[in-house]
Amino acid sequence: MQAVRGVTLRVAEGETVGIVGESGSGKSVLMLSLLGLLPDNAQVRAQAMRFADGDLGAMSGREKRRLLGSRIGMVFQDPMTSLNPLFTVEQQLTEPLRIHQGLRGAKARARALDLLRMVDMPSPENRLKQYPHEFSGGMRQRVMIAIAIACGPRLIIADEPTTALDVTIQAQILDLLRNLQKELGTSTILITHDLGVISSMCRRVVVMYGGIVAEEGSLDEIFYSPRHPYTWGLLRSIPEAETEHRLPLVPIPGSPPDMLAPPQGCPFAPRCRHAMPVCLRCAAPETELSPTHKVRCHLTHPAAPQVRWEKEGL
Amino acid sequence: MIHASPNPPSAPLVEAQNLCKYFPVRARFFGKSRHLLKAVDGVSFAIEKGETFGLVGESGCGKTTVGRTLVRLYEPTAGAIRYDGQDISHLNRAALLPFRRRAQMIFQDPYASLDPRMTVGDIIAEPLRVQNLYPGKARDARARELLALVGLKPDHINRYPHEFSGGQRQRIGLARALAGNPEFIVCDEPISALDVSIQAQVVNMLEALQDQFGLTYLFVSHDLTMVRHISRRVAVMYLGAIVELAPVAVLYKHMQHPYTQALLSAAPVADPRRAAQAARIPLQGDVPTPIDPPPGCLFRGRCPKAVPRCAQERPALRDLGGGHLCACHLLE
Repeated sequence: MQAVRGVTLRVAEGETVGIVGESGSGKSVLMLSLLGLLPDNAQVRAQAMRFADGDLGAMSGREKRRLLGSRIGMVFQDPMTSLNPLFTVEQQLTEPLRIHQGLRGAKARARALDLLRMVDMPSPENRLKQYPHEFSGGMRQRVMIAIAIACGPRLIIADEPTTALDVTIQAQILDLLRNLQKELGTSTILITHDLGVISSMCRRVVVMYGGIVAEEGSLDEIFYSPRHPYTWGLLRSIPEAETEHRLPLVPIPGSPPDMLAPPQGCPFAPRCRHAMPVCLRCAAPETELSPTHKVRCHLTHPAAPQVRWEKEGL
Repeated sequence: MIHASPNPPSAPLVEAQNLCKYFPVRARFFGKSRHLLKAVDGVSFAIEKGETFGLVGESGCGKTTVGRTLVRLYEPTAGAIRYDGQDISHLNRAALLPFRRRAQMIFQDPYASLDPRMTVGDIIAEPLRVQNLYPGKARDARARELLALVGLKPDHINRYPHEFSGGQRQRIGLARALAGNPEFIVCDEPISALDVSIQAQVVNMLEALQDQFGLTYLFVSHDLTMVRHISRRVAVMYLGAIVELAPVAVLYKHMQHPYTQALLSAAPVADPRRAAQAARIPLQGDVPTPIDPPPGCLFRGRCPKAVPRCAQERPALRDLGGGHLCACHLLE
């Protein structure tokens, strides 16, 4: 099974990059492979994986683990399964402080208290002694974020951080992530399937489909001049918010590809209404439309038929 | 399409009157149950024939319990459910059988709501077997017909649920609901487990089937944009009660309740330019527990506009005209 194929991703200092894609598009596997968190049967091949000035590809497992939790913080989708139910929040918060910074006892507790204040936890003194089950979903996610930022990371990877939360709580957590990023100047990779979350959080967007990067660009390029038919399909699948009269939704026909037998050509070709014979045979090369906007689609070839994105009502 | 006047004068198909559903909860292990979880506490509304009525709210607000009680998967603790003029609140199993043919339900999780040991044909034909409809060979033919109706291949009747994707399973659930030609379907978060591109497929299908068969829907969801797209009228629930109810255009443009305002402003907009302009009303804290709720307005703990009166008296739904109801003291 090839979950991710030939992906290039760059994240600049202090930048928030959003990765969108449906289930099975490979967005989570991409992150886990960078971090070396995949199960033993996974094979990762890459030309280069660099973080700051270190080469992730050449690092041993031990070196990678030293990076994780100190320089790279992770926030996962489900805070109930990613926190350990048998340890108090204090124990889980001070663990990275002890391992990476050698803080113990009162010093570690003071720092843990600081961290809970940074994530706006109400009455943090009482909360330190509690177990994860005593927290609501939103509060658990705040604990996760506090652990992620404990050692002052340069990069935070947030994998669907608000998918399990209600909208009003989601808004609180997104505000918190935004403010922390401004304060700490960390880079963020935000993995989500929600284009609404992307448009309020990110400056740059990577659209993944079937294990490849279908299109990447600035927020405006992806939302207002997208060039990949899959991106068009995603944008047309969500209802128009502000129109007076209702427009029918335009779904993408069919279902995502089976990655056990990945398609030979463009992974989106079987569902694409503009597919040409060449799309089924060979994968599209990357075309650079602007310094930030790149797309993998045969339609950008000069000899291909001219198909333009137009969202009805805009 | 189903865009008649917002409030047709026809008699309602489904009506909830002061509907309550309480669940006893145990405070301690082995203790006797002393507390009541008031999942639904005094909810009244009527759904017109042929309309889609949207029910929105955050988790724990009681929207799913309302849906399940309306089709009598639960028996109401108090209040009444009227279906086509008949009071069905406390009918027993046998007396409910004719109603079961007319009102159906589709569920949120397409993985848990289909029995993995049954073939798709058996799943779809089960309601027909229970109701003794389409006997003999006709039943098989009906199952094939239903599969074609929801956009699957009739030959799939011999397959098992695990052979299908999430979106296809949701279509199978829909085919099962449609088997006995119902009039009313409760759609409980039918799309929230699906990918965005598949959500649109299922919503379009629900709309097409509504046009074809004149179906009436209760659409329960936390997805405010999709509810806006599909519904004619929308009710907003908070902690077991309806706080605001209005035709869809009124609710999304001129919402009056502070909770509705905060909820709608919190929904992320998939349009960067509009998202940059949108002013959000932040809400502090979490939804409180519906176990032994305090007197007064249930929202007052998180309400940015609360006044002392909100702690003393629970506001009733007040008619603002044009079918717009809102429960808030500030509107007096």
